[in-house]
Amino acid sequence: MTNCHRILTIAAKISAIKLRLSQMQNGLELPFATGENMKTFEELNFPGRLIAVEGLDGSGKSTQIYLLKRWLEAEGIKVYFSEWNSSELVKSATSKGKKRELLTPTTFSLIHATDFADRYERHLLPLLRAGYIVLCDRYVFTAFARDVTRGCPPDWVRGLYGFAAQPDLTMFFKAELEVSLNRILEGRPKLKFFEAGMDLRLSTDPYESFRIFQGRILEQYMAMSEEFNFVVMDANQQVGKQQVLVRKLVSEKIDLKKFKRRSPLPLPPPAIRLEDKSKEVEEDIGATV
Amino acid sequence: MSNEAAKSQPRKNGRAFYGHGIPGVNLEELTGKLIVVEGADGSGRSTQIARLVDWLETSGHATTQVGLKRSSLVSKELEQAQNGNILSRTTLSLFYATDFADQIENIILPALKAGFIVLADRYIYTLMARDMVRGMDEKWLKNLYGVALEPDAVFYLSVEPQELVQRNLAKNATLDYWESGMDLGMSRDMFDSFLKYQTAMQSAFKKLQKIYGFQIVDANRPVGSITKELRKKIRVLLAS
Repeated sequence: MTNCHRILTIAAKISAIKLRLSQMQNGLELPFATGENMKTFEELNFPGRLIAVEGLDGSGKSTQIYLLKRWLEAEGIKVYFSEWNSSELVKSATSKGKKRELLTPTTFSLIHATDFADRYERHLLPLLRAGYIVLCDRYVFTAFARDVTRGCPPDWVRGLYGFAAQPDLTMFFKAELEVSLNRILEGRPKLKFFEAGMDLRLSTDPYESFRIFQGRILEQYMAMSEEFNFVVMDANQQVGKQQVLVRKLVSEKIDLKKFKRRSPLPLPPPAIRLEDKSKEVEEDIGATV
Repeated sequence: MSNEAAKSQPRKNGRAFYGHGIPGVNLEELTGKLIVVEGADGSGRSTQIARLVDWLETSGHATTQVGLKRSSLVSKELEQAQNGNILSRTTLSLFYATDFADQIENIILPALKAGFIVLADRYIYTLMARDMVRGMDEKWLKNLYGVALEPDAVFYLSVEPQELVQRNLAKNATLDYWESGMDLGMSRDMFDSFLKYQTAMQSAFKKLQKIYGFQIVDANRPVGSITKELRKKIRVLLAS
C-alpha cells in the first residue's frame, strides 16, 4: 500500500463517518444509496446481472468494457451495453445546456440523473428482468464522484439515485493520474468546458483546470471504493492483460452459461467508437470558445 | 463552496431551503418575497396571479413570474416527452425537478436578490403531489426537492373536483390528458378518471399541507372575493 493509498483510505473512512453524521442530524432514515443498504441485482433476485466500469476519462475503461461485450456476444450471451449520458430523450437538453454553458452544479446533477433514470427504467430494468447481462460504461458512482466534486451535497446526490440497485460487479480502472491525464491531453485536444471542470473556476487554463478537477474526482472515487466493493483494476497494465483479468473476474462472478441465448444471434459488427468520440469532441468545441 | 456549508443552511432573515439547498447561495441577500399560488387547472391560479401582478405593480412593487415547465434548459424537451408519453415515473419526476431547479437558480434567486416579488404559478407541491399519487417514495421526493427555497407564502386554491370538471369543460370543451391522470389507468372514461385523479390529488395536497403548512383558500367562490382575501394576506406579509 502506498502512502497515497493509505491517506485516501483514511479520507474514505472520515467521509463515510461525516456522511453518516449529517444523515443522523437531518433525521433521515435513508432510502439513500450507501454501500450498506444498496442491494445488488442478484440480491434483489433479478435473473439478469449488471456489470459496471468506472474510472477517470482516459483510464481505458471504455475499451475494456467494449472488449468484454465483444467476448460475451461471441459466446452467445444475452448482453446489452449502456453508456452514461446517452438517453436519446434527455440528450438534446443536456447538449444544449452544455453548449450554452447553462448548467449549474445542481442542474448538471439533475439532468444526468434524469438521463440515468430514463435508461434505468426503460432499458436496464426490463433487460435485467429478461435475464440479460447489462454492461454499463459508468454508473451512479460517476455522479457520486463528479457532482460532489462540483459542490453538490453528497447525501442529496446519493438520495437522487436512491432508486438504483448496486451492480453485481463494479470494476474501477485506476491508472496513475498522470497517465490518464496524458492519454487525454496528448495532442492537446480541445477540452470540453464541463469535462475540464471549467465551471468550477479552478483555473483559467483548461488543461490546468482539467488536471485539478480529475485529481479531485479520483479522490472521491477512492473514498467510496470500499463502501461499494469496487474491484480496483490496474489500468497501467497492457490492454490485453487487463482484458484477460476482466474476463476471468466476470466468469468467476457470474455463471455465464445461464445467460446464453436459446438460439444464437449473428455476431454484431464492431462499433465505430473511435470515430464517434472524435465527433463528440468536435461538437463541443463551440462550447469552449 | 465546501460541502459542509451546504448541508445545514442556517436560517437567515427567515429564509431557508427545504433541504440541502443550492450550493453557494447567500440567503441573507434574498430580500424579495416569494409567493406561491397552487391549485389544479381551473382553480383560477393564472387569473389570480394576473390580478395580483396588476395590483402589486400599480402599488410600486417589481414582480417576476415563474411556473412549471418554463425553464430555458428543458421546457421544450419536457413538452415533447410528455406528448409522446414515453417517460417512466422517475424520469419524468427528475425532468420536472431539473426544470424547477433551472428556474430557481436563473430566475427566482436573482429576482429575490434584486428585491422583487416573485409570483410562482405552482411550485414543488404540485410536482410532489403528482408523484405521490403515482406512488413515488416520499422520502426520495423530499430529498429531491430539498433544492427548493421556502416561500414567504403559499396559497392553495382549493376547488371541489366536481366544480373543476365544469370549469375545465366550460373553458376548453375537453379535459387535459395529464390533469385527468389518464396515464394511471384509473378509468378509461376521461370524465371519471379526471374526478378520481383530482380527488387523489386533493388528498395528496392535504398531506403536504400538514408538512409544509400552506394556506388553503376556498376557491369555489367568485373571483373577486378570492382576490380580496389574497390581497389582504399579502398586505400583511409585505408589512412584516
